[in-house]
Amino acid sequence: MNDTLGGWLEILALVVVVALSFRPLGDYLAHVLTSPRHWRVERLVYRAGGMDPDADQRWTGYLRAVLAFSLISVLFLYGFLRLQNHLLLALGTPRMKASQAFDTAASFVTNTNWQSYAGESALGYFVQMTGLAVQNFLSAAVGIAVVAALIRGFTRTRTERVGNFWVDLTRVVLRVLLPMAFVFAIVLVAAGVVQNLHGVQDVPALAGGHQSITGGPVASQEAIKELGTNGGGFYNANSAHPFENPTAFTNLIEIYLLLVISFSLPRTFGVMAGDRRQSYAIVAVMVLIWAASVALITANELHSVSSTAGHDAGGMMEGKEQRFGIWASALFAASTTLTSTGAVNSAHDSYTPGGGGMTIFNMMLGEIAPGGTGSGLYGILVLAVVTVFVAGLMVGRTPEYLGKKLRSREMKFASLYILTTPAVVLIGTGIAMALPGERAAMLNTGPHGFSEVLYAFTSAANNNGSAFAGLSVNTTWYNTVLGLAMLLGRFLPMIFVLALAGSLAAQQPVPVTAGTLPTHRPQFVGLLTAVVLIVVGLTYFPALALGPLAEGLH
Amino acid sequence: MAPRPGPLVRQYLAALRLLLVLSVITGVVYPLAVTGIAQAAFTHSADGSLISVDGRKVASSRLGQNFDLPLQKGRTTPSPDPKWFQPRPSAGGYDPLASGASNLGPNNGVLIDSVGQRRAAVAAFDGVAPRTVPVDALTASGSGLDPDISPAYAREQVARVARARGLAPAAVRRLVDSHVQGRALGFLGEPHVNVVRLNRALSTMR
Repeated sequence: MNDTLGGWLEILALVVVVALSFRPLGDYLAHVLTSPRHWRVERLVYRAGGMDPDADQRWTGYLRAVLAFSLISVLFLYGFLRLQNHLLLALGTPRMKASQAFDTAASFVTNTNWQSYAGESALGYFVQMTGLAVQNFLSAAVGIAVVAALIRGFTRTRTERVGNFWVDLTRVVLRVLLPMAFVFAIVLVAAGVVQNLHGVQDVPALAGGHQSITGGPVASQEAIKELGTNGGGFYNANSAHPFENPTAFTNLIEIYLLLVISFSLPRTFGVMAGDRRQSYAIVAVMVLIWAASVALITANELHSVSSTAGHDAGGMMEGKEQRFGIWASALFAASTTLTSTGAVNSAHDSYTPGGGGMTIFNMMLGEIAPGGTGSGLYGILVLAVVTVFVAGLMVGRTPEYLGKKLRSREMKFASLYILTTPAVVLIGTGIAMALPGERAAMLNTGPHGFSEVLYAFTSAANNNGSAFAGLSVNTTWYNTVLGLAMLLGRFLPMIFVLALAGSLAAQQPVPVTAGTLPTHRPQFVGLLTAVVLIVVGLTYFPALALGPLAEGLH
Repeated sequence: MAPRPGPLVRQYLAALRLLLVLSVITGVVYPLAVTGIAQAAFTHSADGSLISVDGRKVASSRLGQNFDLPLQKGRTTPSPDPKWFQPRPSAGGYDPLASGASNLGPNNGVLIDSVGQRRAAVAAFDGVAPRTVPVDALTASGSGLDPDISPAYAREQVARVARARGLAPAAVRRLVDSHVQGRALGFLGEPHVNVVRLNRALSTMR
């Protein structure tokens, strides 16, 4: 077996296991989001919260619940981080400073998991388990809840009700995320991930001297970190760390986990919409973009394209682990940046200009191929709305998607959705580059240094959380501004999505006619892919030209 | 009697109560249940795959270590010990409290210079031609804790280790061969040699 054959077989194995999960997981999610029956334990949860689980909310009520829950979560986590040194299992770690606690709280509640701290030295086990990992579950569930409301906007008619946020949230956590995370956490431990409460053990090293062996409840956090497309590592090195990702087998499991829900949600959409063909069109676009990205990153890394250091060393192994090699690292890098996960098993900062540039471009696509849990599907559905609208303009007909008319009101929400994140990214990057102190935070100089800043804002605003980690971001300025970028990049789009859901749900559906654009055929797949690439390309081309393109052509 | 809270306040209190309930389930019960099962069924890996010499814990087989000579006076970096197989360069000096990568860009002058210096140093240390030194010996890993090297780099070090220890090169070579781990499940990742396990086995050779 050589590298090339092994690499292709690994990609094939991943595609097979994700494809095999598509139907059962997608169908199960649809069942969870539509079933009228509550579990007994869920009723206890609703009673504790004082909620009526059978009262559906208008889109405004649903939005208020999302925002209230998220605001409470940010405040709670902020307080937790500020006090963590006084709590259980703090292991002598210090109190987190205010700006970093804000950044971290915003980061975990928005499903971003950007980290300006190093877990092994900054945080105790209690705050990691009960503060951070809890948000790994909850922020993932919030994303799925919001897309459930959008799907109901398409499927319900002449109503103002788009579902009950508390029910969607609780069910996704208890029926989907918790059981899956539990099973895979055990699998990860069996395969070598650590799970203990031992603290740091000092051992006399083999060749003399000492080594501090770290511990922690890592596997339980690792499973939900990937499954919920969160990405916040227990340790600084994230999934490159041998205690988080000890073998190429656990590496494959982690990539599977971070892809599987987002790739299965289109099935949920098709089932709930009563037209399964729609799910194949959406998933086809996701797969096309994912496959192209994997191919481009892998090719750039294998051939050390435009990298003097890689050329001199005889390969792009700086920042990569020997047990993974280039193929398994590139596969992880493409998948993590296309899913808003942001876990890393290798240092993206040391990738070739083309490979590293692709990781930035992946995030700029808006995290839709397949994107974060829930957020990926609502992102691509908004782009599908735009695509139908563009096609409607071409033939001079009122556009409609799944029987719902796309009028100026719907298009306003879709346009605002698409404009928000690029505005945050580009304005943020521009301001940082204009400030000498913030420019000085770059580790690398020239276009690559610019890419570090661009990467940071792209990652934050798109709620990815990975980094060109050379940038020193633990400053008051970066902690504050990136924290704001994450909050704006998460909640403004959610407002527009829920407004769109409410607007669609209120409509009476129009019948399909000969003039209706079919949205399940290859033609639509091509159109939607083109719209995704053109929207992103035109928005970000100047920024990419200053960073990775300039470095690659140098 | 206290006034009833308004609907907004009630919603925030409801959100807080739900957050607390879900925090107990996903943040206390779940990780402790996983810890309990892990400790009962997979103690060795859950505890970090620790390995011992003469009953003393000396390392985790998952984490690389330095195999250097004691630091000499007036020097800032220790020299590699020829009696041991050497691991990859590390951005954090194999300190698990400082995991991470160099994050140097692909055209960064510092990285380009380091690659050249490492090539010359490793070639001189192992007594081989500079162009034959494998890539993993010239590049720092992503974690700074990579316990593995390529089989090629392990084989390159056989002659030097055998000489420094007064062992037969063929015996050392057999030891290396028995420590080559293939791809996971036959096709995942890269073949590798775990330097920590290899060196522990080496330390017991006579």
